Amino acid sequence: MPMNVTPEVESISQPQFSEQNPEQQSNKKQKIWTIPFIIAVIIVIGLGIVSLFTGVYDIWNQEDGLDMFFITRIPRTVALMLTGAAMAMTGLITHLVTQNKMVEPTTIGTTEWAGLGLVFVYLLIPSPSLVTRMTGAILFSFVGTMIFFFFLRNVKLRSSLIVPIIGIMLGSVISAFSTFMTLYFRMSQSVENWFIGSFAPIQVGRYEYLWVIVIVTIIIFLYANRLTLAGLGEDVATTLGVNYNRLILLANALIAVAVGIVAAVVGNVPFLGLIVPNIVSMIRGDDLRTNLPWTCVMGMGTITFCDILARVVNMPFEMPVSTILGTLGAIVFILILLRQRKSRRLR
Amino acid sequence: MSTLESQPTAHGGIDASLRNSRSTSAFRSGRDARRYWMILSICLGVGILATVGLIFYNNPVPVDSPSFMPVVKRRLVAVVAMFIAALCHSFATVTFQSVTGNRIITPSLLGYESLYSFIQTSIMFVFGASALVNFSGIGAFFIQVGLMITLSLILFGWLLSGKYGNLHLMLLIGIIIGTGLNSVSGFMRRMLAPSEFDLLQSRLIGSVTNADSEYFPFVIPLVLLTVLCLFLMSNRLNVLSLGRDVATTFGVRYQANIIFILILVAVLMATTTSLLGPLTFFGFLVAMLSYQAAPTFDHRYIFPMAFAIGYGVLTTAYFLLYHVFGSQTVVGVIIELFGGLAFLIVILRKRSL
Amino acid sequence: MIKIQNARKWYAEEVKIGPLNIEIPKAGITSLIGPNGAGKSTTLLMIGRLLHMDEGQITVANMDVSTTKSNDLAKVLTILRQENHFVTRLTVRQLVGFGRFPYSKGRLTREDEKIISKYIDFFELTELEHRFLDELSGGQRQRAYVAMVLCQETEYVLLDEPLNNLDIARAVQMMEHLRRAAEEFGRTIVVVLHDINFAAKYSDRICAMKHGQIAAFGSVREIMKPELLSDIFETKIEIIEGPYGPIAIY
Repeated sequence: MPMNVTPEVESISQPQFSEQNPEQQSNKKQKIWTIPFIIAVIIVIGLGIVSLFTGVYDIWNQEDGLDMFFITRIPRTVALMLTGAAMAMTGLITHLVTQNKMVEPTTIGTTEWAGLGLVFVYLLIPSPSLVTRMTGAILFSFVGTMIFFFFLRNVKLRSSLIVPIIGIMLGSVISAFSTFMTLYFRMSQSVENWFIGSFAPIQVGRYEYLWVIVIVTIIIFLYANRLTLAGLGEDVATTLGVNYNRLILLANALIAVAVGIVAAVVGNVPFLGLIVPNIVSMIRGDDLRTNLPWTCVMGMGTITFCDILARVVNMPFEMPVSTILGTLGAIVFILILLRQRKSRRLR
Repeated sequence: MSTLESQPTAHGGIDASLRNSRSTSAFRSGRDARRYWMILSICLGVGILATVGLIFYNNPVPVDSPSFMPVVKRRLVAVVAMFIAALCHSFATVTFQSVTGNRIITPSLLGYESLYSFIQTSIMFVFGASALVNFSGIGAFFIQVGLMITLSLILFGWLLSGKYGNLHLMLLIGIIIGTGLNSVSGFMRRMLAPSEFDLLQSRLIGSVTNADSEYFPFVIPLVLLTVLCLFLMSNRLNVLSLGRDVATTFGVRYQANIIFILILVAVLMATTTSLLGPLTFFGFLVAMLSYQAAPTFDHRYIFPMAFAIGYGVLTTAYFLLYHVFGSQTVVGVIIELFGGLAFLIVILRKRSL
Repeated sequence: MIKIQNARKWYAEEVKIGPLNIEIPKAGITSLIGPNGAGKSTTLLMIGRLLHMDEGQITVANMDVSTTKSNDLAKVLTILRQENHFVTRLTVRQLVGFGRFPYSKGRLTREDEKIISKYIDFFELTELEHRFLDELSGGQRQRAYVAMVLCQETEYVLLDEPLNNLDIARAVQMMEHLRRAAEEFGRTIVVVLHDINFAAKYSDRICAMKHGQIAAFGSVREIMKPELLSDIFETKIEIIEGPYGPIAIY
């Protein structure tokens, strides 16, 4: 997915990719377990513990406190961690493949496609199981992401800012379709309810599918370098002996699986894939290999923090985490854009 | 789509007389010009027919009955609303696409619709259903329009002026603000009772039945004035559509003109959104069709075509759905669907942006 | 005369252009040469007011480019950038006609039409005048763009790499046209070129830039010196005497 952008406009630095030779790579290996990283991990674990003990239900003094702890609190916290990692990592893949740091599932319409898939499943099957819903969401996300990648590949762009603009418009077209279907079949509010991401209904028996994300994450770790090559475009990738089309399909599948599962289990989790990788690369520069674990951990931390906030702000009521992420994410996104503004002087 | 998009290639249709006189016309050939006038008159004709149909067809009372006129009057309100919507969306979208140099975006991106749903939703959420029903009248209408225009002024002033002014950045930030507002309104909608939700939903989908003739004495002059202003600026828009550098070279003050023109666009979009509710892709559909039907750079010809197509599409759609299919509610949604489809097709066919 | 005083532009900490000080006299062709990133295009864009300078002053025919009314400047100075994309499809004649905008404001008079025809004929585009730009070859399109800025009939004409993407025949043809435009219409043309030998053959003066500074400015003979050019381009360059003047060998 080469972004044909005039050099003076392009201020987004390209992530470095390590050499193909694994031996050489291990020689130059930068340490992952540095002190700041350990501190970050400890903070995230701390947030996890806070999340375990945040809630209206008094798990200490009620009789079934311990049961509730296992039925809802632990699943919820695990789901948070997995979702955070998943969305941050999919953000990172889209950045790698498109070489554009403003692209992520929310800004290319993947999320809306997943929503459309869910609407279809609800229409075709009266009371669909979680697996069916998930399959629908994954299939539609896959198609949608493919369409966008196809578009990017065929179009010469003059500004990298255009990409998220088109992506969000595409997303709103898709959600207009969803709205039409829900209106027409009178299922509007239920779908809207469902489509707001929230971890409140997460409990044993509902969240387990999120564990698939662990596999996705591992694959991302293994393939990250090659995905970067795909980001340099078909010609470069082929010259370097990488099967471009297969890589794009793989990236697409990873994104679709992660987004689809999260959409079916949790709902809409906007902007996480955008802000986390951007903040990581702002702080740490663009070393992909060490950024991967950082992105993962920061994703977990961010979403756990937002979820705790969602539970605490309006106690005893709970806000959906997507509202918090949607507003905070929008603000952070705008700040990131403004930060880059000065390097865009020429346009 | 393919028949619409295919242009006569190479020197096929050059009019001999045009070449001899050696003058610069807005159209490439006499044939193109004739085609333009033909399509324009067909669209206007269809629009007028549909208008007549909408007003008189299937009138439940006979012509000589005293209640004939009131029925006509009520229907006339809807037609006037369509007229305003067609005018606003066609002019706003064509202008917006020209000054941004990009034919696949719409002025809805600047967040008017999100702001509109946000206002409506929060009124419902905070004050309840009766407040939403009561939130009408001239005051409420102008508060809404004013808020929307203020938002755009803040955006333009902040991101378009000064030496770092950047149009794309402004657009992107406009969209993101819209997304942020949407997620807040989404949350509030979630908390509503189903009956309240249904009431709100009807306001959030653009429809001529939302229009209130009470506003017409203010809205019609405002819209006509703005549209006239844009039409008179056609020549300048022609140059601005060539981009910042070329426009500057020809002595047009790019930044000042862009901001002024975008304010006019904001007035049109804010007015129509407050009057009828959001129609995100209607303008896009109309603009796309009118570029095919008016193969020229000259806005003096594109504007009338866009309006004629917009009005024709809107009145025909309403006529068909009211009187042929007997369905009233989903016109806005269906137009949006076609607009969305057109957008998808254009995106998949585009080669450069 | 184009007069640049202490003009500076900062792109980043490491990338600075200027301070530039130069006086480009009237008439003839002046070429800006230099390695990539030397600041040639930046200089040209600052003269043409398309790029904001961070410091300094540029005057063209005694008009300050940052304060003079844009429309007044448009009758004195025109600039053509390397890349031009338009959203609308334009025919050659419509494009060239836009060059009259500073005078006609879009309403072309009979006088304007005559001028448009003159430049279309001058650039040998007569047969193509009703073709759309996307139906032309790269060389023809480039000629149409140059015709557009010349049709503006300004005394000063700035062109940023007009030979980009042209083969040798089209490049020679373009330079011949520019040479004739300079002589027949008495224009002052400033042009960014990559090829030293094109600059040597067709210009009256050469301004060599390096590292954001003006390294040398003078007549062709003054600049076409082996030590000077070798130093500017950081490559061994020799000069031999050809039938039409000095030729650089590299």
